[in-house]
Amino acid sequence: MIQNAWLIPVFPLIAFIILLFFGRALKEKASYVGITALALSFILAVLVLFERIGGETYTYVVKWIGFGESTITMGYEVTALNAMMLIVVTVVSLLVHIFSREYMREDDRIHVFYSYLGLFSFSMLGLVLAPNVLQLFIFWELVGLCSYLLVGFWYFKPEAAAAAKKAFLTTRIGDVGLLIGLVLLFNAVGSFEYSAVYSAVEAGLVGDTMVTIIAICIFLGAVGKSAQFPLHVWLPDAMEGPTPVSALIHAATMVAAGVYLVGVMYPVFLASSTAMTVVAYTGAITAIFAATIALVNTDIKRILAYSTISQLGYMMLALGTGGYVAGLFHLMTHAFFKALLFLGAGSVIFALHHRQDIRKMGGLWKRMKVTSVTFLIGALAIAGIFPLAGFWSKEGILAAAWEGGDMFLFIIAVVTAFMTAFYMFRLFFKAFTGEFRGDHEPHENTKLMTIPLTVLAILAVAAGFVNTPFSLGLETFLTDGLHVGHQAHGELWLAVLSIAVALAGIGLAWAMYGKGAIREDFLSQKVPGVHKLLLNKYYLDELYQKVFVSPTVAIGKFFWEVDRLFIDGIVNFVGRATRGSGRAFAKRHDGQLQTYGLVTIIGGLVVIAVAFVLRGYIG
Amino acid sequence: MVSITLFLALGAILFCIGLYGVLTRRHLVIVLACVELMLNAVNINLVAFSSIGPFANVTGQVFTLFVISVAAAEVAVGLAILIALYRNRDSIDVIKHDLLRW
Repeated sequence: MIQNAWLIPVFPLIAFIILLFFGRALKEKASYVGITALALSFILAVLVLFERIGGETYTYVVKWIGFGESTITMGYEVTALNAMMLIVVTVVSLLVHIFSREYMREDDRIHVFYSYLGLFSFSMLGLVLAPNVLQLFIFWELVGLCSYLLVGFWYFKPEAAAAAKKAFLTTRIGDVGLLIGLVLLFNAVGSFEYSAVYSAVEAGLVGDTMVTIIAICIFLGAVGKSAQFPLHVWLPDAMEGPTPVSALIHAATMVAAGVYLVGVMYPVFLASSTAMTVVAYTGAITAIFAATIALVNTDIKRILAYSTISQLGYMMLALGTGGYVAGLFHLMTHAFFKALLFLGAGSVIFALHHRQDIRKMGGLWKRMKVTSVTFLIGALAIAGIFPLAGFWSKEGILAAAWEGGDMFLFIIAVVTAFMTAFYMFRLFFKAFTGEFRGDHEPHENTKLMTIPLTVLAILAVAAGFVNTPFSLGLETFLTDGLHVGHQAHGELWLAVLSIAVALAGIGLAWAMYGKGAIREDFLSQKVPGVHKLLLNKYYLDELYQKVFVSPTVAIGKFFWEVDRLFIDGIVNFVGRATRGSGRAFAKRHDGQLQTYGLVTIIGGLVVIAVAFVLRGYIG
Repeated sequence: MVSITLFLALGAILFCIGLYGVLTRRHLVIVLACVELMLNAVNINLVAFSSIGPFANVTGQVFTLFVISVAAAEVAVGLAILIALYRNRDSIDVIKHDLLRW
């Protein structure tokens, strides 16, 4: 079965092609095509995972291009890491496909939506299965394209169109870094194959400086894709896309591709302590930075978006401090509980007729039972409450940060954990408890929406048990045959600390938004400056606008003027001169044969005279 | 023996008179006659070279016969066109026939 792993991305591709040609005729039946394809992929992914657990890494490659002594190959590979990723992607994608059936029901372009989802699933699965970095890069760009298409799905909304453009361009900055990194890597190693890269780096064939530069360039790609500081600005705006898209692409899968990239290139990072530090600090700064913004935001999807950025930063922090398994484990659990939270938010938004402001919610607990319960499970999971999935993976990250020995990183990790619990429960208490403050009485959605939520809720509870300190299933599986260094394991006090911090966050949120013991506007009253700063996202968008966008636009305008005045001027001059001289000479074309004859003869004589002079017969 | 220069000078003079006529006269019949004059100037050259040129041979004279026959044909066609033109446009003034212009 593992030999047929290549079929996993092919099913969604077939769905995409079918919908491309027959989507218009199928209309809302398009969803069944997508769901069937993803169901097949999922079944196959499960079979492949089971076979991989008992077996070996399977690689199949064919030669693609050869030049000189190097060849570039194409193919697929089933390693422990991507067997796990296949499950994550197919599960979330399948559930999102089912959920969208209801969410996008009234959209005229539902078939287009499903074709994009199919293309995305194909690209993401292809990215995961790639046996070399070049193939990964190709699919990496494809998922970026799908993200652009899906964020801008409602392109008639100017914000959505702008957000799609922003997402595409911002990630592009990172991708340029990644491309440079790949070229340098090929130059140093002579191959794009993971195995060749690993062995070359581990044997020390690449110089110290070079390996640092390569790692940091590759990390730049991850920074763009995984919305790490300072390229995180696109992700909150990407929330303009349909909510199932946010759940699939901007929470569970595509944004995690950056973390996956660092995971897959981990030996390169391990070879350079500088690169590891860069990864760890970028992750830590992103984690706390995004968490602080999430504290004050009032848009349900944007809170979750900042939470995603923060959690991705957490994963980077883990990878940077040597917690290979912890980072990837958190990637998996986060995919489940964040997809759950996003789909829960989607369910709420759908019931409220596309209102996203949590100040206009409240009291949903009584009105939307399944959504509320599953959302609470998701919130508890992300807060890291025992024994939900988030607890196990977050504890792994804290352990890695502690063992990394950098107190600063550890403190940031703990503070971020506190903030995570606080903002999630601020959201929960505001939206689901108290009095309903909206204007449109919401009702629980149909089973098509609640079943995916229930499944994800079960996963958010259960997914953590694959790697507990008592049975390190995932760790053994992932690290088998790889040199990724020592993996940290937390002691009991760390688990207690993590739960205590989470409970403190939840308690504070309850005191402020549940019970009302502390005034809600505490922050805005006491420190209005800080509150304003957070509300405006540290003015980073404005800063980028001033520092990067405006000068770029100004330079563009300048060159446009140069182009208009000089380049166009020259071209237009040539055109005008030709036309003008044509007009002038046309006047001489007056039909008088004798004039023509005279001119011809004079011309002929001039030619002869010139020839005579030049040949030296005369003068 | 007369020098070839005299023949060539005569040819050149005849050619120039013919050319002047072609370029200046408004009467189409005269223009046609001037064309004949130019052809005959060429004939004089050919005949002169054929009898006293540096590579004297009979080719020049044969060529002259060709030119004369072509000239006869040309005049026939030219006069036919002229008559047709006159019937249609009531004029054989060169200046008035200027339909082919921009």
